Amino acid sequence: MKQQITGSEALLKSLIAEGVDTIFGYPGGAVIPVYDQLYDYKEQLKHVLVRHEQCATHAAQGYARVSGKVGVALVTSGPGATNTLTGIADAMIDSTPLVVITGQVASPLLGTDAFQEIDVIGITLPITKWAYQVRKPEDIAWAVSRAFYIASTGRPGPVVLDIAKDAQVGMVDFEYQKADYIRSYQPEPEIRMEGIQEAAKLINEAKKPFCLVGQGVILAGAEEELTEFLSKNDIPAGCTTLGLSALPTDFPLNKGMLGMHGNVGPNRKTNECDVLIAVGMRFDDRVTGDLSTYAKQAKVVHLDIDDSEIGKNVPVDVRVLGNAKKTLPLITALLETRKRAEWNEAFESDAQEEYEKVIEKELFPTDGCLKMGEVIRKISEATNNEAVLVTDVGQNQMMGVRYFKYKQTRSVVTSGGLGTMGFGLPAAIGAKMGAPERTVCLFTGDGGLQMTIQELGTIMQEQLNVKIILLNNNFLGMVRQWQELFFQDRYSATVMKNPNFVMIAKAYGIASREVQKREELDEAIHEMLEHDGPYLLMANVEEKGLVYPMIPAGATITNILMGD
Amino acid sequence: MLEKKLYTVIIFSENTVGLLNQITIIFTRRQLNIETLSVSPSAISGIHKFTITTYADENMIEKVVKQIDKRVDILKAYYNTDEDLVFQEIALYKLSTERFLKMGTVEELIRKYNVRVLEMNETCVVLEKSGHYDETQNLFKELSETIGVLQFIRSGRIAITKSPVERLSDMLANMERVLLEKKTDDGKK
Repeated sequence: MKQQITGSEALLKSLIAEGVDTIFGYPGGAVIPVYDQLYDYKEQLKHVLVRHEQCATHAAQGYARVSGKVGVALVTSGPGATNTLTGIADAMIDSTPLVVITGQVASPLLGTDAFQEIDVIGITLPITKWAYQVRKPEDIAWAVSRAFYIASTGRPGPVVLDIAKDAQVGMVDFEYQKADYIRSYQPEPEIRMEGIQEAAKLINEAKKPFCLVGQGVILAGAEEELTEFLSKNDIPAGCTTLGLSALPTDFPLNKGMLGMHGNVGPNRKTNECDVLIAVGMRFDDRVTGDLSTYAKQAKVVHLDIDDSEIGKNVPVDVRVLGNAKKTLPLITALLETRKRAEWNEAFESDAQEEYEKVIEKELFPTDGCLKMGEVIRKISEATNNEAVLVTDVGQNQMMGVRYFKYKQTRSVVTSGGLGTMGFGLPAAIGAKMGAPERTVCLFTGDGGLQMTIQELGTIMQEQLNVKIILLNNNFLGMVRQWQELFFQDRYSATVMKNPNFVMIAKAYGIASREVQKREELDEAIHEMLEHDGPYLLMANVEEKGLVYPMIPAGATITNILMGD
Repeated sequence: MLEKKLYTVIIFSENTVGLLNQITIIFTRRQLNIETLSVSPSAISGIHKFTITTYADENMIEKVVKQIDKRVDILKAYYNTDEDLVFQEIALYKLSTERFLKMGTVEELIRKYNVRVLEMNETCVVLEKSGHYDETQNLFKELSETIGVLQFIRSGRIAITKSPVERLSDMLANMERVLLEKKTDDGKK
């Protein structure tokens, strides 16, 4: 006879069966039975106690993004659940696989406005791939198996399981079966060979093909397939912010980043190429700017696993629906081996112009305050360009992704679609847990850091070796930049009076120092990286630094600002 | 800008809690008004069918349907224009018995509009008419202008495609095949 166990134990056994070893969470009334059971499973399930539920989801995101595994967050009902919403929404728009488990009041109390009761399913439906309420212990194993299957397959995304307290304490015969089929859900669409052939024909006939690389390549694990595809036909490529590190920075066909603060070459060539091949990206407005002038001259080939993305923003000539790991090699097989020396060299003059007008000043200033870019590049190089880059949102983020360099995939953790300030610190915690062998460097600003600064407590408790680089300019820098460029220097609510961050770090037992002189920078970076444990390096950078190039929102490449 | 016209969205789904909410938020987010909505069990046990009409341009309706189709619990979503469909609505009209009888044109009315009498008692008469919107509306107009209508209700549209392709059964057959292939693959492993 099978032994009956509680729903809570069934939940933990189900998580273990799905290969979970780390949970980010915060206990509370409606989830105490699960936490009680967790006490007996400490060896198998490492629980990281965050300091705010929002950070449980962001940490789970960081974990998922670097490891490729499903991130798991565990919180209580009511405010515990509502606090997770920002992280869930962030994971939805950035296609990050998460399973968020929320406790819920006992099922007889549902709908009665009970203490800490909230309609979790109702409020998470628009921001989840699937949301389900479990009211019976018998449904727990089934719901967990579906949750992991849905979160991790197809285009990944967040799933919410709302588990009523009576389902946590009720007894159940436990048997676990992993889900691999749901009648109404087809994670990998069938590949149409006509699309493959049309795509290959267009590319073979193209004189100036250009490839846009999105996070879909990383999610599909198709980095090698992409490299072969580009190399065979000598196709230059640009990466979206989330697509960065799908190709190493120094891969010759990688021409840099796309979009508002991207590199000049990839943005200009988007409007000069004759065939535009988009792989696993969604033509976000921060990439395209004004759609009416975007790549109008080009035939567009779009490879994506999500049918609703193809043709959503940009009209598409050839649709290639499917998993890029399978579709890319099918196209590559039909491609001619080509050399496109002249077309590839055409990116050089743009790169040279950007170097002279922007990069050189940012990376190699000779006087004045520290520049954000120089701090970032120096740290990247000090890690041999092998670290994981985590950023917050704003100037620190755009400078971070522009000037950090990447050697291996899954090296960028940043809030792309939602642009969540406060994401950085908790995401760095998750990233370090997900890739403990790698150096994790967080670049954050004085604004974003203070949105989730309480997570220094989590870092202290876990003694997590996270390197926190605070690019402190005493401003909400990106908004200030817009105010300077588009709102006549009217700095409305962007000036920040800040605490002594070094002392705050010390209060948490985290090694810390301040640096503002260029001569001290190398030594300070060395000290930070050599330190065995968490470290906060506060770099006092110039107050009114600007991220260039910039294509203003809704504008086109010809409106590019270079600060000259 | 493309022309707005009336589209009929037909959705087959699993019969799970909260599905209507999942569908309507997709309309709400794009500020699309739902004109009519009808939900009922389909011919296949456990599968529900939604019929929704809305004014939109084709570009918009295509995106909306893809977003609906993408939801995990949705089996399949389609959109059609009136030309592709046989469709019907049903309307009920409650009238005063006294005034109805006094009208003196009951037979004419019933023949002209193909009306059925569902109930007649001392106080009220309930008529039923099925047809397209214009047809049920014309009867409503005539009755309102002559003897007055005490209560009126019209159902959402229900629709069947004229095409020879049976989309739901084809789709289900395809899914069964996928499952079978998966089982065979697992067997080989």
